[in-house]
Amino acid sequence: MQWDWQFAAEILPRMLWATVNTLMAAGIGYAIAAVLGLVFAVAQRTRFPILTVSVREVVEFLRSTPLVLQIFFVYYVGPEYGVSLSPWVAGMIAIGLHYAAYLSEVYRGGIESVSRGQWEACTAINLTSIQTYRRIILPQALPPSVAGMGNYLISIFKDTPMLSVIGVAELMQTANAIGGQNYRYLEPYTIVGLVFLIISLFSAASIRGFEGWIRRKLGMY
Amino acid sequence: MQDLSSFPLELTGPNIPMVRFMNVRKAYNDFVVLDNLNLDIAPGEMVTVIGPSGSGKTTVLRMLMTLETINGGVIYVDGKPLTHMPKNGVLVPADAKYLRKARSSIGMCFQHFNLFPHMTALENCMEGPVQVLGLPRREARERAEELLSMVGMIEKKDQHPARLSGGQQQRVAIARALAMRPKVMLFDEVTSALDPEVIGEVTNVIKELVTKHNLTMLMVTHQMGFARDISDRICFFYGGKIEEQNTPDELFTNPQSKRTQQFLSAVKAAD
Repeated sequence: MQWDWQFAAEILPRMLWATVNTLMAAGIGYAIAAVLGLVFAVAQRTRFPILTVSVREVVEFLRSTPLVLQIFFVYYVGPEYGVSLSPWVAGMIAIGLHYAAYLSEVYRGGIESVSRGQWEACTAINLTSIQTYRRIILPQALPPSVAGMGNYLISIFKDTPMLSVIGVAELMQTANAIGGQNYRYLEPYTIVGLVFLIISLFSAASIRGFEGWIRRKLGMY
Repeated sequence: MQDLSSFPLELTGPNIPMVRFMNVRKAYNDFVVLDNLNLDIAPGEMVTVIGPSGSGKTTVLRMLMTLETINGGVIYVDGKPLTHMPKNGVLVPADAKYLRKARSSIGMCFQHFNLFPHMTALENCMEGPVQVLGLPRREARERAEELLSMVGMIEKKDQHPARLSGGQQQRVAIARALAMRPKVMLFDEVTSALDPEVIGEVTNVIKELVTKHNLTMLMVTHQMGFARDISDRICFFYGGKIEEQNTPDELFTNPQSKRTQQFLSAVKAAD
């Protein structure tokens, strides 16, 4: 089989359109994971043992079972209990929860890297717990977390093809459809690979830049 | 659960101490750090705690800042219980809300400064007044600038801590604590992490505080000369107890206890 430039050019607009969907899925999934992950991380540091233990267990469960199973579960098992979700919503919930578990570990590491003296200084000037987190601890936990957060951003982006199993029209699903219709898989799959490669490389470079910028911005060298 | 019925709900009568440790006990599991500590500090008094490492002197300060919980007894500040709160006519361990209110009259400076690294010197000093006291930013800024001038750091007010020397950071930390207008200031080995040539700039600030302000102060230090110069009273701690306490001149020239004598001669030999 020969590479067909004309065919590649023909399918490119449709593939690029699907790329938008892929980016959107990664973006929304990551936003959910970023916020929920912070909730998981902070919940594990409270002084309520029931809360810390149960959140710990949820995180362990999410990290120890395959993402694709979690996607299936939300999409196919949900309706049996009266929770019918569209592929998009189900997919975002599953991927958001899955990565929230991973991100919570990144945040936890970041928070633990802040020295005990910072917490004590907050007590000494009498900040509330919420002020302590929001104003003092989290800003300092951010720079050491950026690299890990960036890894999972790229990871979540590369995991979006799993959403094709429940019919989300992202890049992989579109490539499959094009391949099936034309009996040509070389060009669509190659384009998928290139799109992922380019975006991942670009993201990795941006994250490194962001890490340096945030350190300078916070006055930490 | 200890019986607290013999402890008063608040201190009354003339000459109420600013700080009172009453039968205070602190232990980590089986290891007793402080046992049956009784110590009064009068309003405006400057008390320095000295002693060998492991004698529990830093713990005294940390308990007063509520960074450590106590395992027995009660600490009173300004006549009111700090570690406990009155409930149905008896004292019970303070909850988080009570503690926050009770410790608002106490400020502390640490060995390692603990400035907020992502904020400038000025922002460090404005954080508490704005967030905790609810001061308008303009007013908090004026207060912070006034204090930074007092400690000689106004020129560096827009620098982050990473750009300041240890002595400069410690002076900013003192200004940050004072910005909360505490009645009691705690200094926990504030010169121990400093290079010898900058110790003076920090001790001078503290000396000025002693002479010009009516603060009650409790200090842990290894600078014996400094302690002698500025303290009203020195407490020598040994093995979790006050072994001996007296005015600086008496304690340094005429120590009664054998352990005090040993400690002082060892310190003198090291100098």
